[in-house]
Amino acid sequence: MFKKSRQFAIAVAASAACLAGAFSAPAQAADDQYFMLPDYRVGPYGANGQAFYGGFIDYLTYVNMKGGIDGVPVAWDECETEYNNAKGVECYERLKSKAKNFAAPIHTMSTGISYALVDKTAADKMPLAMMGYGLTMAVDGSVFPYAFPLVTTYQMQASAIIKFLKDKNGGSLAGKKIVFLYHDSAYGKEPIIALEAESRLNKFELVQIPVAHPGNEQGAQWQRIRQEKPDYVIMWGWGVMNMTALKTAQKMGFPRDKMIGSWWAGSEEDVIPAGDAAKGYMSATWNVSGTNVPLIADIEKTVYGAGKGNLSDKSKLGTILYNRGVSAAVLSVEAIRTAQAKYGKGKAMTGEQVRWGLENLNLTDARLKTLGATGLLPEVKTSCDNHEGSGKVKIQQWDGAKWVLVSDWIEGNKALIHPLFQADAKKYAKEKGITPRDCAAEAKKK
Amino acid sequence: MSFFFEVLIGGLLAGIMYSLVALGFVLIYKASGVLNFAQGAMVYFAALAVVGFMDKGAPLWLALILGFVVMTLFGIATEKFVLRKMVNQPPIALFMATIGLSFFIEGLAPMLFGNDVRPLDIGLVDEPIPAILDAFNIVVSRFDLAAAGIAALLVAVLALFFQYTRVGRALRAVADDHQAALSIGIPLQHIWALVWTVAGFVALVSGMLWGARNGVQFALTFTALKALPVLILGGFTSVPGAIVGGLIIGASEKLAEIYIPPVMQSMFEGNFGGIEGWFPYVMALLFLLVRPEGLFGEKHIDRV
Amino acid sequence: MFYRETGQFKTTYAADQQIFPIRQDRIGILLLLAVAFVGIPLFASEYWFTAILVPFLIFALAALGLNILTGYAGQLSLGSAAFMAVGAYAAYNFQVRVEGMPVLVSFLLAGLTSAAVGILFGLPSLRIKGFYLAVATLAAQFFIVWCLTKFPYLSNDSSSGVISVPGVTILGFAFDTPRSNYLLVLSLVLLLALAAKNLVRSSTGRAWMAVRDMDVAAEVIGIRLMHTKLLAFAVSSFYCGVAGALYAFCYLGSVEPDGFSLDMSFKILFMIIVGGVGSILGSFLGAAFILLLPIFLDISLPAVASLLHLPFDNATVSHIQLMVFGALIMFFLVVEPHGLARLWQIAKEKLRLWPFPH
Repeated sequence: MFKKSRQFAIAVAASAACLAGAFSAPAQAADDQYFMLPDYRVGPYGANGQAFYGGFIDYLTYVNMKGGIDGVPVAWDECETEYNNAKGVECYERLKSKAKNFAAPIHTMSTGISYALVDKTAADKMPLAMMGYGLTMAVDGSVFPYAFPLVTTYQMQASAIIKFLKDKNGGSLAGKKIVFLYHDSAYGKEPIIALEAESRLNKFELVQIPVAHPGNEQGAQWQRIRQEKPDYVIMWGWGVMNMTALKTAQKMGFPRDKMIGSWWAGSEEDVIPAGDAAKGYMSATWNVSGTNVPLIADIEKTVYGAGKGNLSDKSKLGTILYNRGVSAAVLSVEAIRTAQAKYGKGKAMTGEQVRWGLENLNLTDARLKTLGATGLLPEVKTSCDNHEGSGKVKIQQWDGAKWVLVSDWIEGNKALIHPLFQADAKKYAKEKGITPRDCAAEAKKK
Repeated sequence: MSFFFEVLIGGLLAGIMYSLVALGFVLIYKASGVLNFAQGAMVYFAALAVVGFMDKGAPLWLALILGFVVMTLFGIATEKFVLRKMVNQPPIALFMATIGLSFFIEGLAPMLFGNDVRPLDIGLVDEPIPAILDAFNIVVSRFDLAAAGIAALLVAVLALFFQYTRVGRALRAVADDHQAALSIGIPLQHIWALVWTVAGFVALVSGMLWGARNGVQFALTFTALKALPVLILGGFTSVPGAIVGGLIIGASEKLAEIYIPPVMQSMFEGNFGGIEGWFPYVMALLFLLVRPEGLFGEKHIDRV
Repeated sequence: MFYRETGQFKTTYAADQQIFPIRQDRIGILLLLAVAFVGIPLFASEYWFTAILVPFLIFALAALGLNILTGYAGQLSLGSAAFMAVGAYAAYNFQVRVEGMPVLVSFLLAGLTSAAVGILFGLPSLRIKGFYLAVATLAAQFFIVWCLTKFPYLSNDSSSGVISVPGVTILGFAFDTPRSNYLLVLSLVLLLALAAKNLVRSSTGRAWMAVRDMDVAAEVIGIRLMHTKLLAFAVSSFYCGVAGALYAFCYLGSVEPDGFSLDMSFKILFMIIVGGVGSILGSFLGAAFILLLPIFLDISLPAVASLLHLPFDNATVSHIQLMVFGALIMFFLVVEPHGLARLWQIAKEKLRLWPFPH
């Protein structure tokens, strides 16, 4: 009798606590510029999220320590998504009311969550940034006013890699064979149309080999690669798939310096666990690594010097993903500055105003230099019909201890790739019943 | 033809890696009738513990011992706080508890030992053996051969342990009938703690090998998904079944991945690779239709 | 004192067989419905509608489907998420490919498609039992998701396999506000829950329970095993399929095959275990518990950590969340293996005697 009633009491207490907790969810924020960060620090990709959001938050702290964005302080809240779409949506909805007034760009670092948020953010008038991931056809801002696949997309990146290989082979890839080894998901499949277009244009043979999630066993795929004897392998991997690919390439005796990865397959987290097997491996990246970038060094000095750093492990500073987090934060803050220049300095910006800032961003090398971020990321100039703004990457090579840059900024073949986005966006608009904005008319009005 | 053999051999060796994980499942299922879904998480936990101690400066041998100590403590704690309280509950409840346990480990392990992806060097390099490569043009990995050797050793030790020691006999008695074993004075609780420890040891070994192969990281928990089809094929209760099942699954999975997608491509439009995720399951399923208790499983007789 | 059926005489068979034979239950249910249909829409915020109530109802429906299969017919399945995926993609295809197809008909057809696939993957249950069957249902989980990724036709030739569904409009009324969306989901879920409640009280339900308790014995007393088991698979998949369609159309709006992962199947299984195996009410309680618990932990743990000035960084808080979630699942299984529904029953018995327990 006693036991049962105790159980009941426990159950009642538990459910009451649950309800109370959920009810007391979001409180209203002050007049700060508000960043919602649906991030992830546990689960299969936790290590990646840790470095990226560490960098992101460190830069925000840095901005606050330097007096905010023209005097407007920055606030933020994290929410753990575990890289899970439904949890990501829940996080967005939970933090939304806080972000209602002064929403800064939202970064999910997850293609799946971005997809789920594209419609919601548009309806709520909040800018969604997808830096190097997410819904790539949102490059066409006429259909996706609130979504920004900034800097570059999978397709442009694939095209840039092809250009790099072409230059390496004296300007022609005709008759070469390239294997595209990809994570069998939306992420891995995105660049296929770009590679197929490039293969028709440059007359190389493209062999597509998918790897089932999670990709911790790739014996068969690499045996097939050994059989095909390709000149290069382009790899679109994520998480454990990357080190497994490097290790299996070593096992099969495929030279790693003929392998080029995407930027999600090109961080320290991907190559260090593979040990010696990773030496010589190349990858694309839209931001450089290292603490010798003045901005990163300054963050280390100012933020970590004051003991306000987000990472408990300082060795992550200057890694690819950390610097990518900083770059993403730099772009967001610059977009807010751009908006302030139009709508009033020293004021927090609304989601709509920030959207305008993102769409009229002009991050020149001169501006990057003032920020101390020279060479950290390429120049970015967005417009209504180009939400990407750059389309440039660098190629880096792992020398066993650090990434060494082996190219300058390379731009993908825009004339070939961008029409693909527009075609996709047009189809999307038709399915959803969206009337696209008239970018040309808007440009004229300005 | 040499390509066929290369794939076949590669598959068999990969299969051994699956068997290693499957062994842990078999041990626990045999002794307590629990399908321990946390086995994959235990592989992660063990490997992470070893790497964590190595980060703190311990040499490999010491880290291995400490890792084993951690797994032992974990086994005892699991028995004391979870299993003991769930005696006589339906198998599905126990199964769900092990899923809860795997969440618990997935939170605990990285909190204790850090969640960075780290390499693990156990002195084996994953490179082709030159002699075989030159003679037959077949890639056989040195590492995989060594792993197969370790697996064989492990199975032999376990077989001897089960067959010839007092504890081993007690384990088999418990596996046959909990009640009967209890009534003749076998301490059920100690046996369970012991079997979880042994499963922890198996997890440690497979964690070392998988970790050396792919790096120590969260994805080690996914090895459980590779082991499940091996289990149904070989039978939940059979140690040799786990090995044979692993070989069959490994070989057929690799051969299928190479040879089936081109056939499908000629029938439909598209790229049909990446069937490794489901193929072993479908194959095991078809196999079960013929032999519902798996290859070496005990035949179950229903009495009304 | 308040919950006592003394004096409630049944004078007709119809009265004796109604769903809620006790008057207090009827009043309670009516009150609950009033709250759900009137109270909540009046007071809940947008966050509650979109992030809690709608997913709660959808997952409760999926859990209900699994409960029919596992709780009533005794067939353990780890593939519920895949059947949801079938429903989501089927509804999308009917909607996009057939001009002028009413949304509700799409949902219905999605359920039926899912039921057909369910029957296909239910066939092995005629030979295989227990955990062997559970692992075999994983074949459905992985195979279906793979198919949806691989056949471009199924995602209307989207290059990434992701589908973005059109909005829901019924008879010219667009369900585009969180409130109307919630009411739509609520009505559908209640309708299906009512159907399920009746189904499990019928001869079909009794046949399922006989098969669950011992299928050989059930066969001996003349229950057609094949028919009964496959029907359970079909009905269960139907429910999961409709839940999947709602998941795509009324909740996320844009889904990818990988979203219907094994984790989601486990989550649904957790719901019925925590809620109560073999209980319609349990499916709802379990869904609420499993959905709310992580959110609650997410909100409360950082607050507690900062309150006590614990030196936790964010990663540690996330890890602790995961541990607490796992530990609570185990705790529940240890303390009350029959789930929340059982606790409710105990409470009812107590109420019947209260305040004079002896």
